[in-house]
Amino acid sequence: LILFYKRKMALCGPKLSLCGVIISAWGIIQLSMMGIFFYINSVALIEDIKLAEEYEDLRKLKTDMDAGYQQNAYNCWIAALMYLVTLCVSAQQFWMNSRTSYSV
Amino acid sequence: ISSTRDTYCRHRFKHFKVASGWRLTDSMAATNQGTLFRSEVMCRSQLYLPPEAAYNCVAELGELGLVQFVDVNPDVSNFQRQFVNEVKRCEEMERKLRFIEVEVIKEDLNIDEDETEPSAPAQREMVELEQNLTTVENNLKEVNKNYVELRKSNLELTEYKCMLKQADTFLSETRISLDTDEQTNIEDDGDKREDSMKFNIVAGVLDRSRQHTFEKMLWRVSKGNVFTRFFEIQEPIEDPKSGQSLHKTIFMIFFQGEELKIRVKKICEGFHANVYLCPDKARERDELIQGMLTRLDDLNTVLNQTTEHRHRLLLAACRTLRSSYVKVRKMKAVYHILNQFSLRDAQRVLIGECWMPVSDIPAIRMAINAGAQAAGSSVTPTIERVPTTEEHPTFNRTNKYTEGFQNLIDAYGMNSYREVNPSVYTIATFPFLFAVMFGDAGHGLIMLVAALVMIIWENKLEKTMKSSEIFSIFFAGRYIVFLMSIFSIYTGLIYNDVFSKSVNIFGTHWMTNMNFTANSSHPLSLETNFMLDPKSIAQYRGNPYPFGIDPIWQTAKNKIGFLNTYKMKISLIFGVIHMTFGVMLSLWNKILKRHYHEIILEFLPQLFFFLCLFGYLILIIFIKWMLYGANYTDQYSEHCAPNLLITFINMVLFKKADVDPKLEKCHVDGFNYEIYMFPGQSGLQKFLIVYGLLMVPVMLFGKPAYKYYKMREARRRQGDAMRQDLLGNTADHEDEESIGDTMMYQAIHTIEYVLGSVSHTASYLRLWALSLAHAQLSEVLWSMVMQIALKSGGWVGAIMLYVIFAFWAVLTISILVLMEGLSAFLHTLRLHWVEFQSKFYHGDGYGFVPFSFRSVLKEAAADDKEVMKTLR
Repeated sequence: LILFYKRKMALCGPKLSLCGVIISAWGIIQLSMMGIFFYINSVALIEDIKLAEEYEDLRKLKTDMDAGYQQNAYNCWIAALMYLVTLCVSAQQFWMNSRTSYSV
Repeated sequence: ISSTRDTYCRHRFKHFKVASGWRLTDSMAATNQGTLFRSEVMCRSQLYLPPEAAYNCVAELGELGLVQFVDVNPDVSNFQRQFVNEVKRCEEMERKLRFIEVEVIKEDLNIDEDETEPSAPAQREMVELEQNLTTVENNLKEVNKNYVELRKSNLELTEYKCMLKQADTFLSETRISLDTDEQTNIEDDGDKREDSMKFNIVAGVLDRSRQHTFEKMLWRVSKGNVFTRFFEIQEPIEDPKSGQSLHKTIFMIFFQGEELKIRVKKICEGFHANVYLCPDKARERDELIQGMLTRLDDLNTVLNQTTEHRHRLLLAACRTLRSSYVKVRKMKAVYHILNQFSLRDAQRVLIGECWMPVSDIPAIRMAINAGAQAAGSSVTPTIERVPTTEEHPTFNRTNKYTEGFQNLIDAYGMNSYREVNPSVYTIATFPFLFAVMFGDAGHGLIMLVAALVMIIWENKLEKTMKSSEIFSIFFAGRYIVFLMSIFSIYTGLIYNDVFSKSVNIFGTHWMTNMNFTANSSHPLSLETNFMLDPKSIAQYRGNPYPFGIDPIWQTAKNKIGFLNTYKMKISLIFGVIHMTFGVMLSLWNKILKRHYHEIILEFLPQLFFFLCLFGYLILIIFIKWMLYGANYTDQYSEHCAPNLLITFINMVLFKKADVDPKLEKCHVDGFNYEIYMFPGQSGLQKFLIVYGLLMVPVMLFGKPAYKYYKMREARRRQGDAMRQDLLGNTADHEDEESIGDTMMYQAIHTIEYVLGSVSHTASYLRLWALSLAHAQLSEVLWSMVMQIALKSGGWVGAIMLYVIFAFWAVLTISILVLMEGLSAFLHTLRLHWVEFQSKFYHGDGYGFVPFSFRSVLKEAAADDKEVMKTLR
């Protein structure tokens, strides 16, 4: 089992893991903030929710908007959590890589 | 010394004429510390060094890095110089060091980097070092030679052993009895017959690649009368010289007859096969194998000991390798400099000439005194300032923060000596103009993070900087990037643009209290536009958003039209301010040079011409902004605002605009407010144009006329004093030619300035163009990439968001930050180099390159990298 764990080191090289760390960290921050902005129904993001072309009933428009905002907020937070997992994996790969390489 | 005094006398008068005023202020500025505003005061001096202390003194100066040496005897070839032998010895040592380094690298050993830099060694250390290096080199060469020979014998023995073993197994397997003495009786006369019946064996080892041709050749030559067997050697054998691994095959050839034997042997020779004796009897073979094995064992032990010995040698050598390199290079550099000195006064003093900054003379004096003391010399070295008419080098003292900006300016042209240095102002204007074009707070934040990473870890990154050239360019400009990013965040907040979305911090000042209705016969389409009128208090609060662009513009369809007029006008405002500032800096140059006549004849006309036309343009921009408004009435309402561009064009063409009969409200008191904004404007405009154009002939003829006038006066004065003055001829001749030159130069300069002022003002519109492009790119990226994930809806949107965010992030960095950032950087640089600096900059100086060990070692390190690349 220890051998299997040790062999997992070579999953990705140092550059790929560094990219993963950076994008994951950025993703967590930006997606969680976007989630908050969607949750408070910010007007700037009005064009980013799913709405129909035309509406015959204003109440349906309101419910659609609320639902769209909520859904997008949850989506953003779920994606942020997924990036958290990616960050952990990338960070671990990065430490593994920096430990086993000898720099001349 | 006497020759320099002669030249001094001869040039005495020329010194005052051609000095061009820069150096006349030296005496005033001699006590000032250098500033970034102008380059330092430099002086040319002669160094008088006693020969025994010269080496130490120059070494001290090399550590200090403040003196630029000039070659006193430039005509002497390299081989006739004084210290050429020492230089040769240094180069020989460097060659030995490189040989050792190659061996160390082959052995895969780590070369220690020195923590502290060793200083230049004394001359007696040089002899020690030389001997040491020679012994190490000879030892290494010997060891290598022995090693190769041992490997060769190892190879032969291994092959022989394999062959014997193989032959043994084969022969014992097939039970071919080739022995004549064991079973048959020896008959006297049957010898010959039995000889011909006996099988001969030729056995050996051959390259596997040649096996096929060998077989074919044998078959042909022997006409099929041989029997061959081939056995492959499984493990590859290492070639002793080249280190490549070869695959070999053992062959055994069975044949009858002596003639065939000769032919077979010849073929074996031709194919470079190693033939080994294969005894017929099994007992002999066994003995031979045993002997082989013992010999191989011995050889292996010897080989191991040799490799260990070599390893130990290299380990000892590589410990001091770096410091030896540094010492040898420093020594060589000092001897190169000493070669530029000249030995005078019956070999009692070495004289060298150099440039040095005046404010550093005490430090330099201390350094050479310390060097002389270290050498134990009783004579103190002296520095003597020598006046000269050669152009002085430009020395801008920079620190790590200002170095980047100075490099940007120097890339276009080095400052002239003691000219106003534009890099001081570039520190502020460069990031600002960049930010006007880049204008996105989100991208600015990314740049800020990158810059901070480079700055906080700059000590660690500086060592690994040598790896990639592109990264080292970014790293060298990290403070520039840092400032650019801070300014970009500021302009991003002003343009209210964060990754193409606006932030609503203070609450929008536009109100939408509209009532929407929707039913089945008239559905509400989300595409319809509604118009918000700023005049109505229900829709616009009446006073603007406190900081930046109102966030409601993000949702407006006419956002670009609104922002265009805003950005174009501020581009022109910034441009005119920047260029006027450039013209003002030329005033400073003229004061420094004491060309006061130029202030009246060149500076004032330039300034008035520029301000009369383009300063007035800026003025009417501000007037229009202040006078006209949506909720003003009658003649100041928005319908009556005149078009500024048409106004300007009509002003230059002296044309009167047509009155529009539809705009009744704007005609008040017989004055047409849709053409002119204030009474008296037409008169003012005519005056400004005429005055501005009148400045052009002043610019064109002013300076030549002044020069002509001065020349006539000087000639009149000289005519009286010609009998007394013996040296006036040369000076007179110079002035006569200069009037034609001045006329031509002035004409070119005037045309360039006049035409340039129009084109450069328009050129600043790139501030608008690039910021528009950046905003649109950013918006397209969001709406085409991110919205796919955001608009998909449902829980699958989360996974899509996870994937698409990565794409969006990569595209943002590569296109918007890197590509747009580099583009804006380039345009800002062009604005500084061409539009700003053409108003005042001369830029024909040359840089001060002091003799410093740091730069010598850096150059050597770059050379090392090149050599290592070719060796690998």
